[in-house]
Amino acid sequence: MGRKTPLHGQHVALGAGMVDFGGWDMPVNYGSQIEEHHRVRRAAGIFDVSHMCVIDVRGLDSRGFLRRLLANDVDKLQLPGKALYSCMLNADGGVLDDLIVYFMNDEWFRVVVNAGTRDSDLLWIRARAREELAHLDIIERVDLAMLAVQGPEARAKVVDLLESTDREAALALQPFSGRFCGEWFVARTGYTGEDGFEIMLPYEEISAAWLALVAAGVAPCGLGARDTLRLEAGMNLYGNDMDESKHPLESGLAWTVAFEPASRDFIGREALERVRAAGGATQKLVGLVLEDRGVLRSHQKVLIEGVGEGEITSGTFSPTLECSIALARVPRATGASVQVDIRGKLLPARVVKPPFVRNGRALISLSKNSI
Amino acid sequence: MSHVPVDRRYAKSHEWARLLPDGRVEIGITDHAQHALGDLVFVEVPEPGRVLGAGEACAVVESVKAASDVYSPIAGTVLESNADLGSSPELINQDCYDKGWMTRLQPASPAALNALLGPEAYAAQLAAEGG
Repeated sequence: MGRKTPLHGQHVALGAGMVDFGGWDMPVNYGSQIEEHHRVRRAAGIFDVSHMCVIDVRGLDSRGFLRRLLANDVDKLQLPGKALYSCMLNADGGVLDDLIVYFMNDEWFRVVVNAGTRDSDLLWIRARAREELAHLDIIERVDLAMLAVQGPEARAKVVDLLESTDREAALALQPFSGRFCGEWFVARTGYTGEDGFEIMLPYEEISAAWLALVAAGVAPCGLGARDTLRLEAGMNLYGNDMDESKHPLESGLAWTVAFEPASRDFIGREALERVRAAGGATQKLVGLVLEDRGVLRSHQKVLIEGVGEGEITSGTFSPTLECSIALARVPRATGASVQVDIRGKLLPARVVKPPFVRNGRALISLSKNSI
Repeated sequence: MSHVPVDRRYAKSHEWARLLPDGRVEIGITDHAQHALGDLVFVEVPEPGRVLGAGEACAVVESVKAASDVYSPIAGTVLESNADLGSSPELINQDCYDKGWMTRLQPASPAALNALLGPEAYAAQLAAEGG
């Protein structure tokens, strides 16, 4: 049996199909995954993301340490509550994890990492802290749980649960920033391409919050819908689209690597500088839209005439676009069209720049035979 | 609890086969199978004229989650496949025993269905699998 979140009983009571995800027993859907997906795009959905790991980095050296640890530069974070997406790299430039880091104050940053990499991340971060002789406390916040409430109506639903004195400030939060509302840390972040909040709150309070939001008409959504939503939003999934064997420059994540200032010596920098000096990454991560019937899946082979081969890293049927979409790692010279080997048949796919969908709207033009 | 109609027979791999009055055999997947697969988004059915062995992979059903093979419960020749599934794969989720039929076969032998499970035996298998 896997690890359980504090909402496990709620999921089972709602009839969720449960699956193992990174060692956690998590809901995949509560009935129809496609319906859950649409509810997030059109109204509001709620996800139990308590399997993700909240780590507080506290101490005078916290900013300096994170500037060494992370490929993005936490010096971009100057206002309390502001968030930054970053990769954490090994010395070879391989992606150990992707994460969000929040700036709380000069002696306190909060890092949220993936469930499947929780233990290895903690070991890595603590080992690097010792190596750097940093004066830090690295605290795994097992006392916190986490909800994601996403969709055009999500923020309004969440503020109804807050103290009246916090509501206005919560609604005024800019994208990628958060604030404390009582003991809840409420941030305008997410993994769906929709507006919404992610909430970190005391473990014993999540059940009441969940029930209140579900009673207010927010749809419980499982990991299935979370995956189709994030893929439509063009967001990478750690372990699928990148891992330790891939660097950010071949994973569609060059935008998250802060090479400036040149003096900042983050872990993995040397390796990435070598890639750049050699003329850049030989592969790239692109979006694909299947121009035939069928479903793109991870590990299907991508053939690019006159160029070579690539591989799909994440693929699914897009409920919003009603066609199949994917992320694929292909040779850098890949042009506008490719073929994908689906069970021995070669089907045409168009190369696009993700995201596919943002805030409920298609961002790519669809081919003649869909919509 | 999965629905198991008594007017047809079943394969252990969760397909059903129904003998039509004219001697043809209609096949599809069971309620248990459609529920386990989740929302179907793509179905590939066999072309008319294809000769199938019993237990041969003859169709593919894809949900948002994954692709799965469908095995022909009996040996026979494909006469026609359900064209509506091309544009509406969700028919299998909505009505797997009727509008969601997949293929009609000319059975290789009139006794072909005898080798399959009766509804009680299939229901017992589901109970044993915990479904």
